[in-house]
Amino acid sequence: MSATVRPMRDAVLETLIERMAADADLFLLSGDFGSPVLDRLRTQYPDRFINVGIAEQNLINVAAGMALEGCKVVAYAIAPFLTLRAFEQIRINLSLMAEFRPMTVVLIGVGAGFSYTLAGPTHQCLEDLTVMRALPNLDVYCPADWPTAQALVVQCLNRSRISYLRLDAAALPALPDPLGTGPHLGFRVLRTGGSLVLLATGYMSHVALRLTDRLAATGQTCGVIDLYTLLRFDTSALAGALAQYATIMSLEEGFVACGGLDALTLNLVNDYRLRCRVIAHGIPAGYRFGQGSREQLLAKAGLSEATLWQQVSHLATCENAPDEI
Amino acid sequence: MNPATSLPLDLPALRQKADWVWRETLRIHRRSPETRVASALSCIEILVALYYGGFLRYDSKLPPWPDRDRFIASKGHGAISLYPILADLGFFPREALTQIGQPDALLSVIPEPAIPGVETINGALGHGVGVGCGMALALRRHDPARRVVVLVGDGELHEGANWEAFMLAAQHRLDNLTVIVDNNHISMLGPTDEIVSHRSLTVKLAAFGWAAHQVDGHDLEALLTVLAAATPGQPCCIVADTHKGRGVPGLEDAPLSHVMGIPPAQLDDLLGETP
Repeated sequence: MSATVRPMRDAVLETLIERMAADADLFLLSGDFGSPVLDRLRTQYPDRFINVGIAEQNLINVAAGMALEGCKVVAYAIAPFLTLRAFEQIRINLSLMAEFRPMTVVLIGVGAGFSYTLAGPTHQCLEDLTVMRALPNLDVYCPADWPTAQALVVQCLNRSRISYLRLDAAALPALPDPLGTGPHLGFRVLRTGGSLVLLATGYMSHVALRLTDRLAATGQTCGVIDLYTLLRFDTSALAGALAQYATIMSLEEGFVACGGLDALTLNLVNDYRLRCRVIAHGIPAGYRFGQGSREQLLAKAGLSEATLWQQVSHLATCENAPDEI
Repeated sequence: MNPATSLPLDLPALRQKADWVWRETLRIHRRSPETRVASALSCIEILVALYYGGFLRYDSKLPPWPDRDRFIASKGHGAISLYPILADLGFFPREALTQIGQPDALLSVIPEPAIPGVETINGALGHGVGVGCGMALALRRHDPARRVVVLVGDGELHEGANWEAFMLAAQHRLDNLTVIVDNNHISMLGPTDEIVSHRSLTVKLAAFGWAAHQVDGHDLEALLTVLAAATPGQPCCIVADTHKGRGVPGLEDAPLSHVMGIPPAQLDDLLGETP
């Protein structure tokens, strides 16, 4: 079952249907955004599904009002509209209000990175990790596969916290989890060995694994860590997992050098005085027009398996952190 | 259940109370000149009608009492006139009124939810109606009698999020939600009508599916009457026509009154006292 290719969205909504059966205070609010699984949910729980219409600002405000009255609220919309159009609502009525009142709100945004490949830059989401990470009292998650997404939504609903879950729009396979590190740590080690580690989040963890498989075919090895929590987690455990490597390559499907995964990595290296080099890869500033497959869109941004391969294979052979790359 | 056993007050007592709140608001402004006084003076009768007229249910000794009505002053800047009322009703000691804006004071220039009796934070405009909508949706599941009242300014209604909430409230027939517009006709840079006119707010709200009323927002009797008029199945909007900076010559209805203070000498004169 774990190898099944599925959209995270459907898996998470199925989990929510189960949870709604057990918890009468759980509500799903949608900004007129759905899926076939959501059709099942809203048929089964018509009084706890509220479609606020194409109105993300009100989606957040209504979610905040309900959460202040003790409801557990999931607000569900397309990622850029949820996080960027309604940013002040999230800032004031969730992040700021959470300083004063306990609230359980899970923001679920679908469409991480380029995952809406054909819809173009309005629907693609390259800023959300940066922007959501700027807010206090808010947890940020970017799962790479549907089992992680399911585990995270359960975790979020069990706490009085504000959470943002960034879901990929594509159907993706579940990643192998040989070392079995759990969601409480915020990351999982998918491969170990060598002098290079790929620290990836979301879809880039899939790209990282493909790069590792390719290295293995040439007798090389490198580490891969899937980081699905981008704020507030056990950083000392992550620092420990990174300490053995000479080079960390951070991989995120979001604008690079803007405060996302790369900033997290650099802060961590600095805070724990890790003796390693950080090479940050993300989307260079600028919007991409024109259609293509995920790999084609990533290739234009220098972030595909093909465009990363040469550097990864070179770094994997360096025992020490290189001065030049 | 209201703690002050003498409530609700009769009309003459309400008028006296409104006069007292007006004077206390001026005193607050004298001590904290950075407060937005004009905006706070236009909504005094509205607040007095809500808190002393028997409309809002609360327990000042237990502010988070679950059976309370929820009041959101969405026009956060204009809410300093709420402070004397909350102090008078026992939500916090009256001495707190003398410390507004000072370091570590309980009361801030814009109310914060750490203050007993304050539900949300509303310095950024256009949030109260949507949050109130969410509260009303949640509350009516357990107790349809619990009301949510949101006070907004007419300038604040330029924020589009209000209108998203107006649509949703009517769709869900939130008759436990009341929005009162402190319609003082003046935004920060001048008359609302000259900036972006609302034309008729009652016509708009009625078209949105609300029970919309228009009253003189300084007429306590009219306010009490319209607050008592509930329309089952419809959220209620009261457009209360008011004067910004009410009762202060030079400030009242001045186009730039929002950013104007009252000179200390004029405050002494108006209050008939020196600090």
